[in-house]
Amino acid sequence: MTINEIQDEIIDEFSLFDDWEGKYDYIIDIGKKLPPLDSQYKTEENIIKGCQSRVWLHAEMQDDKVMFLGESDAVIVKGLIGLLIRVLSGHSPEEIAKADLYFIDRIGMAQHLAQTRANGLFAMLKQMKLYALAYSTMSN
Amino acid sequence: MIATFDVIDIRKDFPILNQTIHGKPLVYFDNAATTQKPLSVIEALSQYYMEFNANIHRGIHTLAERATAEYEATRDKAKDFINAAQREEIVFTRGTTEGINLVAQTYGRQNLKAGDEVIISGMEHHSNIVPWQMICEEKGAILRVIPINEQGDLLMDEYEKLLSEKTKIVAVVYVSNSLGTINPVKEIITKAHQYGAKVLIDGAQASAHLDIDVQDLDADFYVFSSHKVYGPTGVGVLYGKRELLDAMPPYQGGGEMIREVSFGKTTYNDLPYKFEAGTPNIADTVAFKAALDYVTTIGKSVIGEYEHELLTYATESLQSIDGLQIIGQAKEKISVISYVLEGIHHQDIGIMLDNDGIAVRTGHHCTQPLMDRFCILGTSRASFAMYNTKEEIDRLVQGLYKIKKKLG
Repeated sequence: MTINEIQDEIIDEFSLFDDWEGKYDYIIDIGKKLPPLDSQYKTEENIIKGCQSRVWLHAEMQDDKVMFLGESDAVIVKGLIGLLIRVLSGHSPEEIAKADLYFIDRIGMAQHLAQTRANGLFAMLKQMKLYALAYSTMSN
Repeated sequence: MIATFDVIDIRKDFPILNQTIHGKPLVYFDNAATTQKPLSVIEALSQYYMEFNANIHRGIHTLAERATAEYEATRDKAKDFINAAQREEIVFTRGTTEGINLVAQTYGRQNLKAGDEVIISGMEHHSNIVPWQMICEEKGAILRVIPINEQGDLLMDEYEKLLSEKTKIVAVVYVSNSLGTINPVKEIITKAHQYGAKVLIDGAQASAHLDIDVQDLDADFYVFSSHKVYGPTGVGVLYGKRELLDAMPPYQGGGEMIREVSFGKTTYNDLPYKFEAGTPNIADTVAFKAALDYVTTIGKSVIGEYEHELLTYATESLQSIDGLQIIGQAKEKISVISYVLEGIHHQDIGIMLDNDGIAVRTGHHCTQPLMDRFCILGTSRASFAMYNTKEEIDRLVQGLYKIKKKLG
């Protein structure tokens, strides 16, 4: 699936909920199911600044694709990481770097949470794009 | 005077409370960060701009005179509010933080030398840590910290051990923003004075809840912010004893603070104007008076009694939640409750409560060293003001039960 196909799938899933209570339950569920990050990746340099909770993000290249792993000590943020990983992990650096993540807006998350720096959603996204950019520069 | 305190009447004075957040009635429990403003304050702000906006002090026209009179009336009111001896001892600042920086950069710079000591406490806000670190570093002075116990009380015997002839400044918070602890500041001041040290009291959290009497406390400096006392943001008060303020050099140079300027030599204005360089925040300062009037009319003892009732009710209700731990169980507290829920991150609590229309603060509350003391990264904090109700506390408790069910 392409990045946009995955985004459309997520938008469809979220359209089943008519309030944020349901959306949060879904995000929490994703958070709870996100596999724990191996402790070797929970390093100071993998911590994303700008989040109220601690967020770790690890990226590595596998067969020309960027694979992301992440975790947080807060569940909702973990769910958000899970969503971002589902959308971006396993794609080429170029695809990730130029991806327009419209699903954040379309599921209403931007309006609901992203205004405060607390959730760190955009900090995570920025970091993922930076990794992709770095990998695409390396491969060129 | 309001004969009996009726929270329903009080709530009518705060239009912002009458709204829904995510479809639920707003519960505002972030009062330690900033309080909401009564109509009288909002109207005073609006009236200033509608009727008498002008630059103060130097103008000779009618508007300038009225603006000056109203601005100076706030000074008189602030003097009464904290029972200062003279109006010249009231300096307007941007807020508590600026007041502390002013004292550190003027009195501190003038009086500290290498080897001198400044004492703060383990429950200070970053605003009452960093300015002292900066000046201590500059002067080669040493910062000492009064430790606290598990309940969140200062260890007074440890404080006494820290005091010596080297102690030049003691800067302590009256009421902790994270724990709610009311510190025995009068005793702290008396003991510091025995060693000739001067004392600054950070009154940011105390001033809306407790009767403040700087003369009775014998405080050398007392700082607080308007916006935590139901007034506008961007205004604060620095109280200083006259002889200290007189001896201190100015903080910033510019208009208002001068008497005569030539390229060779400038002489400075009298108190308090020596410390008020530039055009001040006139509108907010004028409206600040309406806030002080509002609080004084109801009476802080009445407010304090009601808030204590809320605190007791909330403490009992929250303690009934399995796995909830209240951080800060000092003997004397104002209406602030910090808590952690076992296994649940404070950020999740904040987001979920917000979805229920409940505003609390989560994080380290700008007191990272204090969080380290309790080995936690942060808490969620509910802080109550005179317009909060027991029904709202019930909603917080219900919200927390729901969060526990989902995330626990």
